[in-house]
Amino acid sequence: MTIPTDRPPSIPARLVDDFTPPLILPGEHFLCPGCGEPAAMRSVVEIIDELGLTARALAVFGIGCYTAFSGALDVEVLQALHGRAPSLATGVKRAKPDTIVFTVQGDGDMVNEGLQEVLHTAARGEAVTCILLNNGVFGETGGHMTATTVLGQRTKNTLEGRQAAAHGYPILIADLVARVEGSAYVARGATNTAGNVARTRRMLAAAFELQAAGAGFTFVEILTMCPTGWFIETEEAPAYLTDNLAAVHTLGVLKDVRQSAPADPAPSA
Amino acid sequence: MSSSRRLLEGSTAIAESMVSAGCRFFAGYPMTPFTEVLESMARALPPVGGVCMNAESELEAVGMAWGAAATGTRAATGSVGQGLSLMQESLSEICFARLPLVVLNMARGQGDYYQATRGGGHGDYRHLVLAPADLPEAVRLAQLAFHLADRWRNPVLFLGDYYLAHVQEAVDTGPIDFGPSPAKEWALDGSTSGTGRAKLVSPIVPTKRDDPHPVDYGQHLGAMAEHVATMADQVEPMAETGYLEGAELVVVAYGTPARYLRSAVAGLRQEGLPVGFVRPITLWPFPTEVVAQATAHARAVAVFELNTGQMFDDVRLAVLGRCPVTFIGGLSFDASGFGIAPDLDVAVVSERVRRALDEARRASA
Repeated sequence: MTIPTDRPPSIPARLVDDFTPPLILPGEHFLCPGCGEPAAMRSVVEIIDELGLTARALAVFGIGCYTAFSGALDVEVLQALHGRAPSLATGVKRAKPDTIVFTVQGDGDMVNEGLQEVLHTAARGEAVTCILLNNGVFGETGGHMTATTVLGQRTKNTLEGRQAAAHGYPILIADLVARVEGSAYVARGATNTAGNVARTRRMLAAAFELQAAGAGFTFVEILTMCPTGWFIETEEAPAYLTDNLAAVHTLGVLKDVRQSAPADPAPSA
Repeated sequence: MSSSRRLLEGSTAIAESMVSAGCRFFAGYPMTPFTEVLESMARALPPVGGVCMNAESELEAVGMAWGAAATGTRAATGSVGQGLSLMQESLSEICFARLPLVVLNMARGQGDYYQATRGGGHGDYRHLVLAPADLPEAVRLAQLAFHLADRWRNPVLFLGDYYLAHVQEAVDTGPIDFGPSPAKEWALDGSTSGTGRAKLVSPIVPTKRDDPHPVDYGQHLGAMAEHVATMADQVEPMAETGYLEGAELVVVAYGTPARYLRSAVAGLRQEGLPVGFVRPITLWPFPTEVVAQATAHARAVAVFELNTGQMFDDVRLAVLGRCPVTFIGGLSFDASGFGIAPDLDVAVVSERVRRALDEARRASA
């Protein structure tokens, strides 16, 4: 077929696809340019939509920058306190077992304020999916150290970088959750590259499929950029994530009950 | 006597009554004497399809109950005052999220009056407070608590004590009809996700960003203030009064200790002493009007409570300086620390009432 190029097309140009992501309400969010959280949030709801779980989906939000999305999703939302989303999710799931429940927390929320909540919820094998948006800082307060801040990372209260002697070591929460019997699926993704977003989407799909199958507790940690809280240029953030956060909080699937051999077998005595 | 009355321990009776009220979710962390209610709920809920969670802390207990309440399930949690202290942040937020929830405080002593009626949480919130004095009343108020929580979309605190948990009385724990409750159109179950109008239950901002009638944080707090004012105005305060005819001294007490004061007042009346009795049952809203009327012609008012004087403030606010208000209670603990009060003895409290009457007569002679 020859396409004539000497005159305008007979069919007027039109938008061939609607790029509005599903389950996101019209309007704007007020997160910073270069933030990694919107891509994570969008991935979560797209996967819910793709798996056909929308009409059972219920999100429990913690408190952080991402709380901006609690009013932005066309998904039922229960707004929790800082640190407390896993216990609320537990109450929802136990009261309404047919729901697909996921929490959205940041590293300050989950690993600082509410560390015991996520561990106990995992140990109970609660059939919920906890999603951690980990950027290694308290973004909303303006870039302060959290429990996942990596050694050497500069924050507003670790001005010369996090030093183990003064500020302790980062907690690798996904590794910890994977060690807890009761967790069925544990993975760590990131939103700093298109490839990582694609891999993270597969992790989210696995987690929600396992929740729907009643396999137990599922956990997806997503490393996200925070150029504002990292005090770097927006365009430097994806590489900074790879070089700093992901160097410590390593990406990959840490646990998947569908695989027969454990990913990290215990050493023999 | 109805054949459905059975001799039950308080913790069992309260638990059975909550289940009769339709409570289907309970979460708690052990602490005496709340533990006994938790044990009873763990027995009573599974057979009716309910869930009882052994929460890993009071923080998680109230969080779990918050989540269950958000689905429209009649839910309850509780502890002792110390555990309630841990829960205060969540209780504030549950009030702001306008969720019904029943919270038990099986208190040790009566040191938690301020915590119960003022709250230890943040912001301008209030919750209703019901303080039974015996098991038949506890059984009734446990059910009324769920009705009021649904009616007002607000947590209700059931203020019990060690005695209520452990005393045995003959009670009927069957369902009591308090009339219809409003439909829970706000309840979450996932079914509105993807409809363009997915629900949001939030203590912060109650509307989503495309809502045709958006509510901002300031407006939300304003609406909350109006809601609290409406409850204060429209929730019927409850109180028991007795022996008020010609009373020169009116004694005010609540909870189990009030039973001892009532006995003391009855005994002193038999001796011909003009003493009267008021027992607030709702501690918030406080029965201010009842106390004001009951004490309008008294020479003095005496407050008995097992603390250093907390309800004392509310009684003084009700009396508003018309006559002296004296405090005849005080701390009383045995070695157990559970709130067993050696001073709860009709002879001991009778003597304090008698002295208060003597002083009132001397002062106004």
